[in-house]
Amino acid sequence: MNKLQIIVRGIVKENPTFVLLLGICPTLATTTSALNGMSMGLATMAVLILSNMTISAIARFIPDKVRIPSYIVVIATFVTLLQLLMQAYVPDIYATLGLFIPLIVVNCIILGRAEAFANKNGVVDSALDGVGIGLGFTLALTLLGAVRELLGGGSLFGWRIIPSDYNILAFVLAPGAFIVLAYLIVAFKKLTK
Amino acid sequence: MEYLFIIISAIFVNNILLSQFLGVCPFLGVSSKVSTAAGMSGAVCFVITLATVVTFLLNKLLLSFDIAYLQTIVFILVIAALVQMVEIVLKKISPSLYKALGIFLPLITTNCAVLGVALNVVTKEFSFFGGQPHLFNLAEATVYAFATSLGYGLAMILFAGLREHLSFNKVPEAFKGVPIALVTAGLLALAFMGFSGMVY
Repeated sequence: MNKLQIIVRGIVKENPTFVLLLGICPTLATTTSALNGMSMGLATMAVLILSNMTISAIARFIPDKVRIPSYIVVIATFVTLLQLLMQAYVPDIYATLGLFIPLIVVNCIILGRAEAFANKNGVVDSALDGVGIGLGFTLALTLLGAVRELLGGGSLFGWRIIPSDYNILAFVLAPGAFIVLAYLIVAFKKLTK
Repeated sequence: MEYLFIIISAIFVNNILLSQFLGVCPFLGVSSKVSTAAGMSGAVCFVITLATVVTFLLNKLLLSFDIAYLQTIVFILVIAALVQMVEIVLKKISPSLYKALGIFLPLITTNCAVLGVALNVVTKEFSFFGGQPHLFNLAEATVYAFATSLGYGLAMILFAGLREHLSFNKVPEAFKGVPIALVTAGLLALAFMGFSGMVY
């Protein structure tokens, strides 16, 4: 498989949100606006690339029986680093995403890629896989956030498009998250068929 | 009295699944039958309560050494070890319960509800009826964790019941499987929004 295919596959054929249906919790919880969705996607992507590279480099030294706990420690280390960096440099975004930054540790996408790809492939390929899957996740979250922000808040990345009298608040709240995601999955299925 | 508010708020108003979005993966994964959903909820209830008590006490230790930034790493390792231990103990003490929960137990480690509640009770400040916001003490944290996991079970079992009925209906081809389940969950969340005026 060439390098470009690894990246494209993560965005279309194995899109983590629309096809593999992994990491649904942050997908639903953080996409109240396009910007929040994008920040969450980028944060997850950063952890994914770093953990994929590290795990592919050290996988052959880890005994098979303790591999899952070892992967979790690697992932948790990067998440803690990210948490401290975000607290220092982008405190606003850190405050909005809140609990879901430390919860990247238990995001099944990251452990899933470690188990399915990174521990069998080289460092470069694993990094590219992280880029592809990460981009797929980021694009999906941004799209979901954009739709919810547009319908619920009438704006897009903060730019007002629909006057505030015509907004449907439920789309920013919990029910909208479930319903918009359902329709996006159906649309994605139809478009990629 | 305050405990009652914590319980109602955790079960209905801020339902962990339908308004906080924690633990949605197993919510969609194992909710096709009421009996499996109930098994999963039982296991989660047990682990959330136990994990919260253990991590709450451990957090005091972390704070006393001034290494609170290790929370995430320490908590997830404690939860993983705890799940493994529960598995071993259950296998010895009650093989029938172990068999019933079987496959769900190891999955709980990666259920974000467990880590989410554990982190929530040590970092978030709660206030009830306009009282001063304060961090939970051990008793409040335990009650909160238990009530939250009851809310998890309630949403899970309701949802599984709906999905059982859904299987008799004609669903458009593209919506089969997860999409229609998500729409159902959305409607259930809409219903739970009705509780939001009850307790602040």
